[in-house]
Amino acid sequence: MIKQVSVFMENRKGRLEKVTAILKDNDINIASISLADTSEYGLLRLIVSDPDKAQKVLKENGFSAMLTEVTAVRIPHRIGKLSELLKLLREADLNVEYMYALSTEKDRGAMIMKTSDIRKAEETLKAGCMEVMEEDEAYALNI
Amino acid sequence: MIWAKEETLSRADIEMIQLERLQETVRRVYGKVPAYRKKMEAAGIVPEDIRSLEDLQRLPFTTKQDMRDNYPFGLFAVPQKELCRIHASSGTTGKPTVVGYTRRDLDIWSECVARIACMGGASSGDIAQICFGYGMFTGALGLHYGLEKVGAAIVPSSTGNTKKQIMFMKDFASTLLVATPSYALRIAEVAEEIGVDVKKELKIKIGLVGSELMTEAMRQEMYKAWGDSMMLTQNYGMSELMGPGVSGECLELCGMHVNEDHFIPEIINPKTGEVLPPGEIGELVITCITKEALPLIRYRTKDLTRLMYEPCKCGRTTVRMENLLGRTDDMLKIRGVNVFPSQIEEILLNIEECGPHYEIIVGRKNHSDTLEIKVEVSADKLIDSYKALEGLERKVKDQIRTVLGLDVKVSLQSPNSLQRFEGKAKRVIDLRKEGE
Repeated sequence: MIKQVSVFMENRKGRLEKVTAILKDNDINIASISLADTSEYGLLRLIVSDPDKAQKVLKENGFSAMLTEVTAVRIPHRIGKLSELLKLLREADLNVEYMYALSTEKDRGAMIMKTSDIRKAEETLKAGCMEVMEEDEAYALNI
Repeated sequence: MIWAKEETLSRADIEMIQLERLQETVRRVYGKVPAYRKKMEAAGIVPEDIRSLEDLQRLPFTTKQDMRDNYPFGLFAVPQKELCRIHASSGTTGKPTVVGYTRRDLDIWSECVARIACMGGASSGDIAQICFGYGMFTGALGLHYGLEKVGAAIVPSSTGNTKKQIMFMKDFASTLLVATPSYALRIAEVAEEIGVDVKKELKIKIGLVGSELMTEAMRQEMYKAWGDSMMLTQNYGMSELMGPGVSGECLELCGMHVNEDHFIPEIINPKTGEVLPPGEIGELVITCITKEALPLIRYRTKDLTRLMYEPCKCGRTTVRMENLLGRTDDMLKIRGVNVFPSQIEEILLNIEECGPHYEIIVGRKNHSDTLEIKVEVSADKLIDSYKALEGLERKVKDQIRTVLGLDVKVSLQSPNSLQRFEGKAKRVIDLRKEGE
């Protein structure tokens, strides 16, 4: 289980840039980012090198930032692997609320997923021989 | 504790004092203020016609326009050399309204504020931090001298530099806070940002708030921010009448006691001007009966309230005015519906996931009024779910539709993004007026 930084942002010029500038000034690396398009506001989701510090500095700069627990899981680049993973979750009666890519490497990638029950999801995935990532490993990605 | 014996007189005694002082005031303005004499002549009244308190109704009203027309000193009833102080209102439109005080006026002002501070729990051991803007505004100096009279130590920190305010508050162990409710909330918010625990590290136990209306929902927000045990009271006044000190809540919190030996309140129908019976809601009209420099007769405050004459549990017998409903000129007419911003505030503050900061924007599109409400999301837990945020939007919309019968657009904002106010909050933007 890893910590994701979630930030509420009004759809206004320069807000996203401000977030990234704050992280840069504090020497925090962004491993992955997800932002959907909506008209009024957006939820920015970030996996960073130091989530606790990121939340603190964003809050100090007036952003509403919170930490959400999510799962990071490695997936080999093989056809049908994601489908296999989702089947495990369905069979365990778990819902995926959102997911996005964390990294891609030569022969495997990693996904971030938020499920209705993180603990149960991670147990299920591990039992199904999926490679669930540890915190340190995920935060150190893409540096 | 009750500060003055004048707060516990019998109704008959209060009325006797009022009549005597009213007659004297009317004689004086008739003799010394040409604008008043002209008005009274036009109404066919001479000072001798005032034989009872009921006769007050025969006198013409004074309005803010009269003060503007006589800018700056035209309504003053004393020669300039007797003035000790001059203040002015902010005057958002046109010329500001100017008010003057003689030595005696300043003494009475301090006395009136001392009574109200005492009602709110202040005493000589308090360290009173005054976070009202000093300057031409009457609020800061009014509370300053009133609290000094009570014997408190005054910290005139004014507004601005909120972090430094909090440092003083903590290091001096200030026990009493004077501020607008919106600035008091802002102080608590900044304290949290800089890691100061308001309830543990600060020693504020008394809050005397004023200069803007505190709705009941806002009062609950204040308790949340400053702790349930805060002795929190609001007081009422306006610079034209004197400044703060016209009335204030006692700790029973059942309306604001009017300093009736200095002010006579009436409630009128704002449309017809007719005086309404006790207990009915209407516009508050105040006559100043002890002021030397600027004795206003039947000043229309534009504030809506009602008067309660039953004696209070606190032991005071002075009439109480109910928490203001709003101002006649704050009322918005949206698609034919009368809306007071305070109604919207009540709704927003009762929804837990919204912060206490909001903006109301009224506009016009395709010949129809539009209403948009910007409100800050306060619950962190919503901030990872579009579904939860949409749910909050819908909740605000539904409740406003239920109470006001109006459809609104709700725009969620991130915490700390809306403008903060150090003085009176300005939360309504009426774009319809700008286009005219």
